[in-house]
Order: sequence, then C-alpha cells, then structure tokens
Amino acid sequence: MAVLETQELTYVYSQGSPFEKTAVDSVSLKIDEGAIIGVMGHTGSGKSTLIQQFNGLLRPTSGKILLDGVDIWADRKKIRDVRFRVGLVFQYPEYQIFEETVYKDIAFGPKNMGLDSAEIKRRVLETSHDIGIQEELLERSPFELSGGQKRRVAIAGVMAMNPEILILDEPTAGLDPAGRDKIIGFIKEYHRKKGNTVLIVSHSMEDIAGFADKILVMNKSKLFCYDDTEKVFSRAEEISRIGLDIPQVTKIFIELKKNGIDFGKDVYTLDYAEKLLVKKFGERSRKNC
Amino acid sequence: MLRDITIGQFFSGNSLIHRLDPRFKIVITFIYILMLFTGNSILCLAIGAVYTAAAVLLSHIPAKMFVKSVKPLMPFLLLTAVINIFFLDGGDVYFKWHFIKITSEGVSVSVFMIIRIILLIAGSSLLTYTTSPITLTDAIERLLSPLKKIKVPVHELAMMMSIALRFIPTLIEETDKIISAQKARGAEIDSGNFMSRAKNMIAILVPLFVSSFRRADELATAMECRCYRGGEGRTRLRQLKSESRDYIALAVTLIFYAFVIAVNFLFVS
Repeated sequence: MAVLETQELTYVYSQGSPFEKTAVDSVSLKIDEGAIIGVMGHTGSGKSTLIQQFNGLLRPTSGKILLDGVDIWADRKKIRDVRFRVGLVFQYPEYQIFEETVYKDIAFGPKNMGLDSAEIKRRVLETSHDIGIQEELLERSPFELSGGQKRRVAIAGVMAMNPEILILDEPTAGLDPAGRDKIIGFIKEYHRKKGNTVLIVSHSMEDIAGFADKILVMNKSKLFCYDDTEKVFSRAEEISRIGLDIPQVTKIFIELKKNGIDFGKDVYTLDYAEKLLVKKFGERSRKNC
Repeated sequence: MLRDITIGQFFSGNSLIHRLDPRFKIVITFIYILMLFTGNSILCLAIGAVYTAAAVLLSHIPAKMFVKSVKPLMPFLLLTAVINIFFLDGGDVYFKWHFIKITSEGVSVSVFMIIRIILLIAGSSLLTYTTSPITLTDAIERLLSPLKKIKVPVHELAMMMSIALRFIPTLIEETDKIISAQKARGAEIDSGNFMSRAKNMIAILVPLFVSSFRRADELATAMECRCYRGGEGRTRLRQLKSESRDYIALAVTLIFYAFVIAVNFLFVS
C-alpha cells in the first residue's frame, strides 16, 4: 500500500521575480509502506525541494501530496502533525544542534509532540541506544562530541519522534568511510526493527545500491525514473550520462560487456559480482585469487 | 520568507547605470539625497521624481523591485503620516473633533514626507541594485582613502564591510535552513503562542551563532593561508576608472540639484 503519494507535484521558487525557478516539475509517484527508497539526483536537480514538500515544510505551488490517502494541506493547522509523521533529517544535521545536553537535544522533537516525560525518556534512551550513543554521553554537551557523534545525535533527534516515514538528506555527507558504514548500518538496523518507510537521499549509487528496494532519480526538476533498484541499475549508462555516479563494480561489468564478456545481468554490489564470477569461472578461480 | 528581503540585493546587468564608476555613483547618491532634503515644495519633489524615474528606466531594473524595497517601510511611513495629519496645525481646517484636527498644513506635510521618503528609498536602492557589494566597498575605500593620513584604518574597515555584506546572503540561507530543520522537529516558529515562539528562537539563534563563529574562524584561516596581512602595498584586480559618462552623470545630477535650489528661491520670493 502506498503510504505517500504525490500528484503532479510542482514547486516554483520566487514566483514572479526575475529569479523565478521551477525546482520540481509535475512529479507523480507512490511510495510503498515499509520500503527503503534511494533518492538520487545532481545538485540542483530538485531532490531537496521534493523531500521538503513531503513533510510540509514547503507548500507545493501546484499538485498534491497524500499521506495515507489524505491531502496533507487539506487542513493547514494540522501541518505540524504531518512533520511528526514524516521525519526529515537535513543535510549536515549536526549544525542544528542547540541544547545544553545531548539528552535535551534528542528530546526536543518528542517534547514538541507533547509527550509526557516518561515516554520522552523511554524514546531518548531507545533511539540513542539504536544509533550507538552511549548512555554516559547523554548528559554531556553536544558541542563536545566528535563530528560523527554529533551527526548521530541529530539523526536520533528525528528518529525519536518515531515517524512513519524517515527521510534522510545525505546522511553520510562529509564522513569518512568508517563513519559512513556505521551510519548506514544503524539506519538499516533501525528500519529492520521498526519496519517503517525510509528515504535516503544520496548522489552516489554506491551508498544505497546495497539495500534500497527502489530508486528514485531526479534530473533537471523532473522525475527521471522511479523503479526497482535492479531495473534502475539496468539503465546505469543513461544514469551516468546525466552526471550521476554509478558503482565502480557496475562500471567494470559494463566495460566487460563491451569487450564481449557478457554476464547477462547487471551488477551493482560486490557480493553479487563475486557470485557471478564464481559461477562463470568455477570455484577454482576464487582459490587462485 | 527570508528570501524576499531586497535590501542590499544586487541585480547584475549591463545598463548605463550599472557601468557608471561606483565612486561617482556614491557621490551622485549623496547629492541626490541632499537634493531631496533641500527641496521644500511639491515642485522640487516633482523634479526629484523625474530624475529618479529616468534613472530607474536607464537601469533596466523592473519597477516592481523598487515597490518591493519600499513595502517593508510602508507601515512606519503611514503611521508617521497619520500622526502628522492629526496633530499638525495650520492652514484651513477640514475636520475637527475634540483635540483632533485635520488641517491643510497637516495633509500637505504628510504627503510631502511620504513622497520624499519613497524617493529616498528608491534612489538608494538603485545604488545597491546596480552596484555589486564588492565594487561598492572598493569605491568606499577609495573615497575614504584621504582619511588614511589621520591613521583611520580605511582598508580594514572596507574589508570588514565587504565580508559582512558578502555573508548576508549566506547567513540568510543558513537561517532559513536552521528554521526548516527545527520546524521539521516540530518547533513552532510562525505559529503558536508568543512564549513558545520566543523559546524556539533559541533553537535558531544558538546554531546560527555557532556556525557564524565557525565560518569566521575558517575564513580567517583561509585568509592567513593566502598571506593576507592588511592593506599595505596591496594592489587591486579591478582598477576603478572614471570616464566621460561618469562626469556627464555627475553634471546632470548637479544641474537637477541647481534646479531644485532655484525653485526653492523662486517660491520664497
């Protein structure tokens, strides 16, 4: 079932001024409940504008967004509730941290929801545990933490609202590979545990190839494609032509195909590549490596 | 919301006004302001309005942008105008009720003041609309350079000003982003009661301050890495050159100013 649906969604910045720009151009799509969706697109492709409309931060110039079949802008006063149901983690979320302690910062969202303090405490402890923040850090000032820890505190702040849909805008931007794997691992684990819908924005396929059910690609304000991960990757060449990175292993297999070694399948993860190679060249090839 | 602020905004272009030497533009704007304040009759303001309209037309900047620049000040203007109308005495009395009186003097003074201030804002907006902040500070530095003789740190002041101007759009963008991020966590910023709004200002101001300090630190390091050490012996990439059109523009402005002074004298006598 579609938890989120958009109909002819269009957003125009500074309408009527010399700076007028259409950032999202009639996008219609359906997002299934419980799916992990990768959102890809170049800088300025409209992906950030798109996701900010999903939780009602930006009001579409035209078109509709349906959350569980209900237009989120049907009642203007209820837009704040939509933001609790669709949690959005911005890019570089650590820059929005402001409280004196880690605990208070994670509790900011739940507190705004009007929960009682016992429930807030339960949620803060649960999410901080889920995202790997040790309990002794909770009473520290968030400004003393390392970059990766701050990032996780900020993500926890949104996760603690227990949103039905969690949207993360480039959650791994600017982190080292280890920090990146850590965050992706925590998000995967969180999704497995809660079973909610997760949207991850990234401009590298490498990041999301391994675990996204579906991939949504934006290009020049328009929906370029939105399909199952395999199907999107079968168009890898087209995607690299619009300037997006495709996984290195996919690049290798495209080259192999050009040189006459066709595996008949598209490859986008290392594990899968290994399986195919073993199948083709036999177990011996692995030992020889 | 914050994107709609037009003060200090620059619209790149290649009109006559854009190409004028910024030093002349600043001087001309000063003369223009003097002109508006010397004029003491509607006719003087009419001359000023013709001058402004001509400059706006020459700049190729849509008139709408000037309306936008005046708009935020409209409530204050109207308030002072209303006070003037009700409490200024003199001339014919149009309306009287207890201590409130509307007189011809009051009406003409308030209309006069509104027009004068609108022209003032439109004219000075024209300066910032057609001159990039960097050239503007360059010009200010050059105009103030005689003050170096009495040990005024002109270069440093100009550098501070251009950095401040340069970071206005960045900070606006940053504020916008932080507001969105806190709203995504359910903070009430443009809704809710006064107390919760005031509390939520902290959620915006703290990250804004933290990031401003971080930026300042990074910028200082970056400047030091490129061996910046003040204005001494520094040459510039763009040399300001005055051409005949600059002198013509200055002359035209002075002629208008002379007109206004002449009209003033004619009316007195």
